[in-house]
Amino acid sequence: MKFGEFGGQFVPEVLIPPLKELEKAYERLKDDEEFKKELDYYLRNYAGRPTPLYFAKNLTEKLGGAKIYLKREDLLHSGAHKINNTIGQALLAKKMGKTRLIAETGAGQHGVATAIAGALLGLKVDVYMGAEDVERQKMNVFRMKLLGAEVIPVHSGSKTLKDAINEALRDWVATFEYTHYLIGSVVGPHPYPTMVRDFQSVIGRETKRQILELEGTLPDAIVACVGGGSNAIGIFHPFIEDRSVRLIGVEAAGKGLSTGKHSASLCAGEKGVLHGMLSYFLQDEDGQIATTHSIAAGLDYPGVGPEHAWLKESGRAEYVAVTDDQALKAFVELSKTEGILPALESAHALAYAMELAKEMNNDEIIVVNLSGRGDKDLGIVMEALSCSVSQPL
Amino acid sequence: MFRKPALITFITAGDPNIKATLEFLLTLDKYSEVIELGIPFSDPMADGKAIQKANVRALKAGTKVKDVFNVVREFREHSETPIVLMTYYNPVYRRGVERFVAEAKESGVNAMIVVDLPLEEAGEYLNVCEKYEMGTVFLAAPNTPDDRLRMIDEASSAFVYLISLYGTTGARDKLSQLAFDLLNRAKRVCSKPLAVGFGVSKAEHVRELIKAGADGVVVGSAIVDIIGKYGEEAIDPLEEKLKELRSGLIL
Repeated sequence: MKFGEFGGQFVPEVLIPPLKELEKAYERLKDDEEFKKELDYYLRNYAGRPTPLYFAKNLTEKLGGAKIYLKREDLLHSGAHKINNTIGQALLAKKMGKTRLIAETGAGQHGVATAIAGALLGLKVDVYMGAEDVERQKMNVFRMKLLGAEVIPVHSGSKTLKDAINEALRDWVATFEYTHYLIGSVVGPHPYPTMVRDFQSVIGRETKRQILELEGTLPDAIVACVGGGSNAIGIFHPFIEDRSVRLIGVEAAGKGLSTGKHSASLCAGEKGVLHGMLSYFLQDEDGQIATTHSIAAGLDYPGVGPEHAWLKESGRAEYVAVTDDQALKAFVELSKTEGILPALESAHALAYAMELAKEMNNDEIIVVNLSGRGDKDLGIVMEALSCSVSQPL
Repeated sequence: MFRKPALITFITAGDPNIKATLEFLLTLDKYSEVIELGIPFSDPMADGKAIQKANVRALKAGTKVKDVFNVVREFREHSETPIVLMTYYNPVYRRGVERFVAEAKESGVNAMIVVDLPLEEAGEYLNVCEKYEMGTVFLAAPNTPDDRLRMIDEASSAFVYLISLYGTTGARDKLSQLAFDLLNRAKRVCSKPLAVGFGVSKAEHVRELIKAGADGVVVGSAIVDIIGKYGEEAIDPLEEKLKELRSGLIL
């Protein structure tokens, strides 16, 4: 299963049988009524679905353009959309008879969501996390430990998310008989990009139903941030056939695309192969993968999911990039106008949507996927704005 | 492609620098039937600590893909020993499969192993290798079923590389029973020469595998560890290790 030329299974031979086993199990269970009922039960009663589609009236009026709706994934248990996928995959792993989950994490959000799913379903969890990220995200490390997971710092390579994925893959080649690798985004070898998309598509299905109820029409644009791209695919996918809806993915331009300190692989990368997939990557002319930067740890990844690569190539979706500074401004703006602290990742989508709204008519509609809440980012935001609690913002 | 039984030795090109690589190749040449030369990569996900560190050292020294081709070309002025290039797929893909294989062939490379390119994704690569008469080596693992093993054998024009265990590269104390089970299966199913690697680090391992019917044995991390420890000064301890490993070929 590929997305045009993108995707595939570029893995060492030893991983082919476990990937086939996973594909088979997923194909069998995804339409199984029992499995769907069980997943739905946990999403409703444990994770807090459906999430509201909220009309951001204050922000809309202030900008004076298109109506802005926020899909409130930030209100989910754990504070982000990641849990849609971790509960799905953890349930699947359990049905496959696996007793242990491993996961990679950057900022720690996916690690926390995996730890939660493991605690809920009684699976042992080991989370690989770059040694630098362990330092930067002490609270999330502690959170994972409280949830019963073990956090394994990764000292190889650039000591960040991509190295955590490498290390998780190294673990998996040795332990696949009893371990499920719970990948946190729409990346990796087939079937992960498809499976994670399916679990995250609940966001888009709800959004469609909700906007039709609220407005009686489809939105004109949907805007979501893209690191690996799971929240974006989740909200885009049910709208792909609705050609009138613009799908806009927002990457992290970091300190600016011209500085080389960013993580905008679709806007500034080249085709390549890493982590099991053919997609776009930030890399040099020898194919060495670049180190990346974004103020939002969840976007700080040198690649992107293969379906996004295909949506870009086919022209169905557009991809733009927003800098750290623009995202910070949007973070502050939403906090003040709507009383909502967005995750710095989601603030990238918001920043672009705010610009776009101004150019659109006030009978047009933009939906922004507010994929996570910003409490986790307070330290970073405080430092970036160089403010203290005693100063006014 | 090689005399049997074969000692196949591995180093990462450019570790600790490309000049030292030529010296090391000439040393390995004295004790090896085949030399595997690794192209350093930023994300060597199938490799354990020893070779990961070698990759970091090589990239830190500024090693480029063209430097690897150049060092093979220089080596060819001294020796006809087969060189197998070991690489991850991205450096190949990025350069363009055809350009990469053509340049490798022209520099004197005899065969290639692409660690993360399974058969399903190897269509273009196989066509190009055939066109340029580049030897191909595919890997098989203990969990590779017989029908797949047969396909791997067919696609491998040089030899089949059997992975002795579940895990990454790296020296281990003892050989796993999985290695012998796989070797026995492969002897039944495959027609090409069989080399066993991953976790092989001692003369005793070499002897056990040759006794069990392997045509060649690959030693990587144990050699790379010595380079990691001694850097440019590694020649003497390398010779010592290679002599020891070589003694394993005598049954």
